[in-house]
Amino acid sequence: MPITSENSPDGPVIRFENVHKRFGSLVVLNGLDLDVPADRTTVVIGPSGTGKSVLLKHIVGLLRPDSGKVYFHGQRIDNLPEKEFEPIRKRFGFLFQQSALFDSMDVGENIAFPLRQEGGFTELQITETIHEKLSIVGLAGSERKMPGDLSGGQRKRVALARAMSMNPEVLLYDEPTTGLDPIRSDVINELILKLQKQFKVTGIVVTHDMASAFKVADHIVMLLHGKIVYRGTADEIRNCPDPEVQRFIQGRASVAELDALDRL
Amino acid sequence: MEQNQTSRRRVTNPITGFLAVIGGWTVNAVQIMGDFGCFLFSIIYGIFTGLNRRTIRELFIQMYEMGTLSIPVVMLGGGFIGAVLAVEAYPQFKAIGAGNRVGSVIVISVVKQIGPVLTAVMLAGRLGGSMTAELGTMRVTEQIDALRVMAADPVRTLVVPRVLACIIMTPVLTVFSDSIGILGGWLICVGVEGVRNYPFWHYAQTGMDMFTVLVGLIKAFFFGLVISTIACYKGFRCGNGARGVGRACTEGFVAGFCVILLANFILAVMLNNIYIMLWPNQPSIL
Repeated sequence: MPITSENSPDGPVIRFENVHKRFGSLVVLNGLDLDVPADRTTVVIGPSGTGKSVLLKHIVGLLRPDSGKVYFHGQRIDNLPEKEFEPIRKRFGFLFQQSALFDSMDVGENIAFPLRQEGGFTELQITETIHEKLSIVGLAGSERKMPGDLSGGQRKRVALARAMSMNPEVLLYDEPTTGLDPIRSDVINELILKLQKQFKVTGIVVTHDMASAFKVADHIVMLLHGKIVYRGTADEIRNCPDPEVQRFIQGRASVAELDALDRL
Repeated sequence: MEQNQTSRRRVTNPITGFLAVIGGWTVNAVQIMGDFGCFLFSIIYGIFTGLNRRTIRELFIQMYEMGTLSIPVVMLGGGFIGAVLAVEAYPQFKAIGAGNRVGSVIVISVVKQIGPVLTAVMLAGRLGGSMTAELGTMRVTEQIDALRVMAADPVRTLVVPRVLACIIMTPVLTVFSDSIGILGGWLICVGVEGVRNYPFWHYAQTGMDMFTVLVGLIKAFFFGLVISTIACYKGFRCGNGARGVGRACTEGFVAGFCVILLANFILAVMLNNIYIMLWPNQPSIL
């Protein structure tokens, strides 16, 4: 493949071009354009229901756009058949909002799953990987625990260990701190930072937790009504003059929303 | 304005409204059947191409959970049905002086009809419900998405072992149900009604041949396929939340139950025609 601006080493890892997605009459993505740079953490913020998780699911082919294009390292991936998507997916790790640990397997087997799926690893290598990944997330010695016996924060950390087990190039985090207390949230934030710094993982974090966004982001993009309405660094977005952006990052309800409450 | 009035007239017209409803149902039914057809094809494709060490390990786990753990309930149901058949049939046979022949009707009814259907209905409740609930919960909690992200085909990983286990174990459980059903009938006839052992087993044996046994097992095979594919399909397509899972379980059981009865009828007619083709001088087996 010839080197172009899209697949050059300095080009974006992931690119969305005019992506549209609707579910029935509900328009979720409405001409979304986004470039995700390599080795950085990009945080996607926006109110609930604006399509942040839908955006992530387009990257790994769990959802396909109605129109528009999605690229990974310059290769168009939105139109790949399921079978051809599999090698692409192996280059991603995905931390699901609800952790999505397999209930029927213990922690060790959950982390080993992607390795066994890939094949070619000895039992010793698998055991070492489980131990290594659990140590990174601070849960060494939890191999034999069942997911049902873990707290919400521990489940997220195990899910992160599983997402890392194949040493992915890109990690996608869907609401990594939702439902966790501030201290557990901070543990997850520190882990995201550690992975980015230590392993140079490209990260995309979808969240509406602004404390988390400001802590882990190299770039922040704001998604509203199916489009990116703002992009910049954490400092830039703090000083952004757009009232809609300021209202969101400061967590202020609009006048119309307050009026609706008064009418109750 | 004029357009609005026209569309309102269209909606309120009862004939058009009725046709719209029928049309909507038809489109929906065709969509579901097409979707189910694709799902079934992916299962069959997975069975022939996707068996690996992990799938086979999962298959044995499912065979134990679906088969071995279902033996008590299936035997209990079969035993009582055989006993009830004997209680109801013996007085009628005795009244026409053929009390000794009651064994044949019990055996034929149990092996060909009641055994497979009753076992299938019990399994539709026990296994179908648990499969739909388990897969539905996995869908709702994003575990199925997680499998796809890890490049594992959810149909091959989750559905193929369950369908195979159900197809294998339903005939096995039917044999258990049939055996205990016949024993239940024997217990009532010989132990309570005073029929002697020899005539009971003699007439029971004359009512049976290999084809009769095969009819029951062929039915059980298809019932296993029906139960597992419908249950897995409903689990994979269930709505969100606890309500979605609950509704999928109910719909899965109702659909499975109806299709078992329909399949029983179709298979009975088909197998009877095959029997007539093979042995034209014998009486029909229906």
